[in-house]
Amino acid sequence: MAHTTFDLQLLNACAALLLLLSFAMLSQRRVVTLVNLLAVQGGLLAVATLLLAWRTGQHHLYFSAALTVALKAAFLPWLLHRLIRRLEVYWDTEPLLNISGTMLMGLLIVVFAFGLAQPITQLASTTTRSAIGIAVSVILLAFLMMITRRKAMSQVVGFLSMENGLFFGAMSATYGMPMVVELGVALDVLVAMLVLGVFFFQIREQFDSLDLHHLESLKEHD
Amino acid sequence: MELLLLLGMPAAGAVTLGFLGARRYAPELNAVFGSGTFLAACALTARVIRHGNLLLGREQFFIDPFNVFLVTLTAFVGFTTSLFARPYMRVEMEHGRITAGRLRLYHSMYQLFTLTMLVALTTNNMGLLWVAMEAATLSTVLLVTLYRTAASLEAGWKYFILCGVGIAQALFGTILLYFAAEKVLGAEGVTALLWTHLDAVKTQLEPAVLALAFVFLLVGYGTKVGLAPLHNWLPDAHAEGPTPISAVLSGLLLNVAIYAVIRCKVLVEGPLQSALPSRMLMGFGLLSVVLAAFFLWRQRDIKRLFAYSSIEHMGIIAFAFGMGGPVANFAALLHMTVHSLTKSAIFFTVGHAAQKAGSQLMDDIRGLITLSPTIGWGLMVGSLAILGMPPFGVFASEFLILTTAMKQQPWATPILVVALGVAFAAIFGRVQPMVFGETSARRLPHAPALLPVFTHLAIVLVLGLYVPPYLAQWYRAAAHLIGGR
Repeated sequence: MAHTTFDLQLLNACAALLLLLSFAMLSQRRVVTLVNLLAVQGGLLAVATLLLAWRTGQHHLYFSAALTVALKAAFLPWLLHRLIRRLEVYWDTEPLLNISGTMLMGLLIVVFAFGLAQPITQLASTTTRSAIGIAVSVILLAFLMMITRRKAMSQVVGFLSMENGLFFGAMSATYGMPMVVELGVALDVLVAMLVLGVFFFQIREQFDSLDLHHLESLKEHD
Repeated sequence: MELLLLLGMPAAGAVTLGFLGARRYAPELNAVFGSGTFLAACALTARVIRHGNLLLGREQFFIDPFNVFLVTLTAFVGFTTSLFARPYMRVEMEHGRITAGRLRLYHSMYQLFTLTMLVALTTNNMGLLWVAMEAATLSTVLLVTLYRTAASLEAGWKYFILCGVGIAQALFGTILLYFAAEKVLGAEGVTALLWTHLDAVKTQLEPAVLALAFVFLLVGYGTKVGLAPLHNWLPDAHAEGPTPISAVLSGLLLNVAIYAVIRCKVLVEGPLQSALPSRMLMGFGLLSVVLAAFFLWRQRDIKRLFAYSSIEHMGIIAFAFGMGGPVANFAALLHMTVHSLTKSAIFFTVGHAAQKAGSQLMDDIRGLITLSPTIGWGLMVGSLAILGMPPFGVFASEFLILTTAMKQQPWATPILVVALGVAFAAIFGRVQPMVFGETSARRLPHAPALLPVFTHLAIVLVLGLYVPPYLAQWYRAAAHLIGGR
């Protein structure tokens, strides 16, 4: 890439910011900020989709950009904020691995992710192929976040961040999936969050807390 | 037309029962919708027998020998489970474990769950397959937590998160598949995710990407199959939810998930020119069989016991598909059918047995045969069938799998035989005192429905002695399609 145009540079900047946001999430313990970061991630994703739509002239990408804004930047964060207020869960407890350790693990994961993405990047014909490694990193970092957190709410944010990473991966490798699939995936994510909302209240009702150590009694008996 | 009816029936059921699900006659209504779905499945089957493979709805749906019998099986077990649930859920209500509102949730979600499974089976679009699989998880999460006990909430959370993360891997695999296909089929048409198109051009797809895609798809859908070591959610979800849900999770959902894995394997195996998919399936399968056999010994809860038995059988099926070739594939398909029927029949009897004893702990269930000989015999016969005793169908399929393993993978045969033996001792040793001996059972306010139990077991018995010619023909055609070796 000797000569990159301005919009491609913008796209790459978006990708870099997405990765940065993943690290920010990894180090953040305040649940409200975590949800805000998720909203920003959703917004960035929409901007990236829009840029790509404009660049490639693929109309269905405009739809998915609109869908991303509506669902991932607006509705889901709003829903999560509402849940946080109603359930009064503002802080996550100390994660299973301390923050600096998690960040170091995160760095290793990024290296691994770029290695994993190598064969795909080589074969991709899209102009955004350099972002595939970043998408895989976002997915794996979200995975790490889900593993190290104890509060149900942070795990859910990790889950949604993973979904964002998958979406970004699909976009940078293939300019997005067919519309029918994208709609279906969006519907599933929406329903999943609604189910979770109900579910959180059930857990709260039973345990008076959303701390997941209450949910560790079902083990094999010795 | 038949397909529209097949998918429309549970959809209409979900909506109707969403409004009427708490009424006194709702369980009957649920059964009516179940029977309607089953009739539609029969009509579809009749059409396939007459006309062969079908490609419907702008190629979005596809019926071939591999999924036609699974569609019928799913609709049939869905119907019989609704018959079983009729008295079962009434008893649960009288015991005060659920309220009318939750019964409505149960009925509506049950129909929705049937719908998602049927969509997953009939769709030709690998993306829609993913959407339907995820929807199947979502529609059952709130059913697993139906009793709102601490344990059931934990089981539901585990189910949600583990299957959610697992299925996210499958989405990544699907994206990779699309990525590989789009180069050949073009991004403009939406054909790049249609299985029939993928199958036609599979030799041109990029092997490196396909290998990566398959790993993600196997891990993703494998989580839903309950393959070890991704099986953690399965025993909890089976044990803590209401028994009809245990029966359909074990008997149907696991089948649908393994169906998804095999559809992917068909696409990947040819172009890869390597044994990677087969080896992975055999490895995961064998690990599941061995792990489940030993975990069986440590169970105290009767539903957990049979949940681990499901993991074991899914392992056997995955191993057989991994070996590949006409005989092993045939046996695996037969095993999918008979396991589904037998395991759901067992869960039906187990549900009533647990209600009679007032506990799911095996130590509390004693002497079923004195008070209710039908439940006792049902459990005994069902257990013998699932353990692979002749003349039941499970014996036929396990025998075929073992003899093929001796020829193709001799190293695996002793492991399989030992694991099956261990499982036999564990389950039989547990079931025997529950059926015979001093009784601890009490009478139930509603007579249990045992017709489904004995219908299932009778079919399994028949399949052990004689496979109807068109069924055998489908199995053979599907086995040929799946290929391998």
